[in-house]
Amino acid sequence: MPQTMKINVTVNGVAYEREVEPRLLLSDFIRHELGLTGTHVGCEHGVCGACTILFDGLAVRSCLMFAVQADGHEIVTVEGLAPDSEHMHPLQEAFWEAHGLQCGFCTPGFLMTLKPFLEQNPDPTEEEIREAISGNLCRCTGYQHIVDAVKLAADKMKEAAS
Amino acid sequence: MKPPPFAYHAPTTLDEALQLMAEHGYGAKALAGGQSLIATMNFRLSIPSVLIDLNRIRELDYIEPAAGGGLRVGAMTRHAQVEKSELAAERAPLVHDTMPLIAHPQIRNRGTFGGSIAHADPAAELPAILRALQGRVKAQSARGERWIDADDFFVGLFATALEPDEIVTEVQLPPMPAHSGWSVQEVARRHGDFALVAAFALLSLDDKGACRDVRLTFCGVGEGPALAPSAAAALKGQQPSEQAIKEAAAAATNDVDPPGDVHASSQFRRHLVKILAERALSTAAARASGKEV
Ligand SMILES: Cc1cc2nc3c(=O)[nH]c(=O)nc-3n(C[C@H](O)[C@H](O)[C@H](O)COP(=O)(O)OP(=O)(O)OC[C@H]3O[C@@H](n4cnc5c(N)ncnc54)[C@H](O)[C@@H]3O)c2cc1C
Ligand code: FES
Ligand code: FES
Repeated sequence: MPQTMKINVTVNGVAYEREVEPRLLLSDFIRHELGLTGTHVGCEHGVCGACTILFDGLAVRSCLMFAVQADGHEIVTVEGLAPDSEHMHPLQEAFWEAHGLQCGFCTPGFLMTLKPFLEQNPDPTEEEIREAISGNLCRCTGYQHIVDAVKLAADKMKEAAS
Repeated sequence: MKPPPFAYHAPTTLDEALQLMAEHGYGAKALAGGQSLIATMNFRLSIPSVLIDLNRIRELDYIEPAAGGGLRVGAMTRHAQVEKSELAAERAPLVHDTMPLIAHPQIRNRGTFGGSIAHADPAAELPAILRALQGRVKAQSARGERWIDADDFFVGLFATALEPDEIVTEVQLPPMPAHSGWSVQEVARRHGDFALVAAFALLSLDDKGACRDVRLTFCGVGEGPALAPSAAAALKGQQPSEQAIKEAAAAATNDVDPPGDVHASSQFRRHLVKILAERALSTAAARASGKEV
């Protein structure tokens, strides 16, 4: 029998207790154990950014962590972004309105990267935006519409805050 | 792919971690940020039978002043922490300037200073900086502790002077010499990618404005962080004129034997060595003579 360990993790505000093998990647735990398939897996070696989640508020690669490492920690995935089932997060609205996605595979990773970025940099320059998303690959958009969406989201978030 | 099974330990104190390292030895690996280790485990390029996770050891996470103006960085300090640190900006400006070039924000939120040094990736910036600044590494095991100078720490491709039961607990950077300047110059395919080549210079001037000491290092050019002694020798005692710097940069190409791969040919890397050495040395010299750059 492989070793298993009991972990307690809070994901999108919900507390979970599960028994997992140490080698289970956090990305697979989120997708397969919790059924939260919004977190995507593209490369499993940290390059594409599709698996980005918030770990204690910081954007990290969930494919480069083990689920056991999340014991006692707090996670937010793309499913936790919208305030309720009627409304989207301003970032999600902006991606929709500015055509920041095509196939959508990369989108959850972009959104989870950008949430803390915009909270800390409410007024980013285009250069800062491009640097912030340098660790997320998109095969469809050519990035220009993503950059436009981030600018729009920044405006929306400032408006909401004022 | 997925990693094969391993036994997992998450000690909360350094003593516990050192005991576990002593117990498990060769088959065990320390897990720091995991930003290199887990990626290689996912590809089964690395198959440790035991992982000793250092992430719950609080006492290895700090940035503190060292005596005389130097800097002490705990091994488990995240790249993002170092990037934001005012103390690091003031006492180790070369490190401060380089942090944004290391990987991407999400990787810097997890990757650690000690992990990057212990991993000894020939393409990584921090090992080359440690050699440029002549820093040192604190290695601890259940048997005791020792300090290893940067020049002795890196012994080859992903290879260090660490024994299997030792972990890096601290990295120390000496104070910047008087009348000195620094520079990092890097070429990468995209922002955050590993550098094709990066050059790091630390240069100090004597009271006549001639070069007193020169340290020039590179990453991306061989088996480990590379020192360019001929470039340094060519410049030592000289006024840092454009001509003298050009000659030193040309000499640097004799100090390295860069490999060719899918990202860049050996010839192109050699070309970058010369260009980046020239830029790094002239920027460092300008800073040493008090110019804003
Ligand atoms: C997409 C991507 C891009 C990247 N780009 C860059 C880049 O441009 N430049 C760059 O420098 N790096 C880059 N990295 C690597 C990143 O900086 C890593 O964080 C770093 O190389 C390793 O640090 P870590 O803390 O993640 O170590 P880990 O991955 O946890 O460990 C790496 C190795 O070091 C050993 N180790 C770790 N800590 C210790 C310790 N305290 N004592 C003894 N042994 C230890 C481990 O056992 C393992 O063998 C990139 C990574 C990714 C995924
Ligand atoms: S799946 Fe994690 S970075 Fe690509
Ligand atoms: S929208 Fe298709 S990968 Fe980005």
